[in-house]
Amino acid sequence: MTTPTDPVTDPATDDAGVAREAGSAAYVLALADDALVYAQRLGEWMTNAPQIEEDMALGNIALDLLGQARALYPHVGVLDGTGRGEDDYAMLRDERAFRNVHLVEQERGDFGQEMARLLWFSAWQCELHGRLAAGSDEVLAGVAGKSLKEVRYHLDHARQWVVRLGDGTAESHRRMQAALEWAAPYVDELFDDEPAAAAVAAGVLTAPPSSVRPSVERAVEEVVATATLTMPETPRWRSRGGRDGIHSRPMGSLLAEMQHIARSHPGATW
Amino acid sequence: MSVAAPAPTLAERIAAIPDPEVPVISIADLGILRSVEVDEGARAVVVTITPTYSGCPAIEAISDRIRFEAHAQGYAADVRTVLSPAWTTDWMTDEGRAALERFGIAPPGPATAPRAGGPVPVTLSRHVVACPRCGSTDTTEIAHFGSTACKALRRCEVCREPFDEFKAL
Repeated sequence: MTTPTDPVTDPATDDAGVAREAGSAAYVLALADDALVYAQRLGEWMTNAPQIEEDMALGNIALDLLGQARALYPHVGVLDGTGRGEDDYAMLRDERAFRNVHLVEQERGDFGQEMARLLWFSAWQCELHGRLAAGSDEVLAGVAGKSLKEVRYHLDHARQWVVRLGDGTAESHRRMQAALEWAAPYVDELFDDEPAAAAVAAGVLTAPPSSVRPSVERAVEEVVATATLTMPETPRWRSRGGRDGIHSRPMGSLLAEMQHIARSHPGATW
Repeated sequence: MSVAAPAPTLAERIAAIPDPEVPVISIADLGILRSVEVDEGARAVVVTITPTYSGCPAIEAISDRIRFEAHAQGYAADVRTVLSPAWTTDWMTDEGRAALERFGIAPPGPATAPRAGGPVPVTLSRHVVACPRCGSTDTTEIAHFGSTACKALRRCEVCREPFDEFKAL
């Protein structure tokens, strides 16, 4: 004999409730992967940025994102019921298990490209994390509420550079415009609703990702206009598949570099 | 005749631990020490701290130092890190601000709360920061990020000295 449970009032004990939790785990994992992979790419700028202050800036932004990822992974382990920790997710998964968007895995281009990527990514994080901070998952709301303060600063940093380069010399203007064109095909994935559907249904995310698109675009357009640049035309192709674990060529070598020590020396400590 | 000052309690010892990156300020004055619950009977202490920035590497050094202090006094320590409510520089004590200024770091101004949703506010960091050496407010930001996540680099246009600014968060 089993006691019947009411799925509406007692979601944690019925199968639908478990499924909803597991469903939001996939989206939280995607957000953690975005943060980790972009932190790895930004870290590559250390000693490679145009000036030492920029090494520090991009290193600090990477550190903020790494902190987000580290707070999110153990929570994914709770939501998906596996109890896995941050290293299990970051170091011991293969490419197909990563759910980040293609934007963050692309190889480091010139500095303008990095600022175009940072502009879109941080404008998107600002809006999305506002919707997470107001959501029903306390841990996630805490991580998002904290990161919101940092991400605004990242956005401000990207803005200053895009304006400086766009409204700078003929050469910097040309290259910043090219950078915006480069980033454009990768933007769509950020606003894909399908991978977030379970998280939205569970109230973890208070609005679907597509709903933040207008305000993210407004933020980017305002910067682009101030920088005397123009928004790229609708791209002829768009990246897709990142949220399903289908990645582009640069992802493999990124993971190889990031994971090889942890995998070559399992369980090593220092 | 002099009366020896009472030995500091464990809670006082923990509160006085210096921040590893800005050692002139204690973790209590920095506002990252959220609570210290000492159970004298069980000889155990539960300490709750919150990071300044999500990825602040100092948080692990601080946890280690708290455990070290507790163990040295014969207590078992449970150090917990919480993210919510998010740390703000508004939690920094006046004593902490004064210590920063004496050390040559401009203390943070009032923090503005981030807005969830709505248009994203974007600024160009043109707020007023006084030089910790000569007091002039004629200062310019040199770099958006300084030697740690919590600082920016500025220069005083009067005494020409560069200095760190503790960013309002």
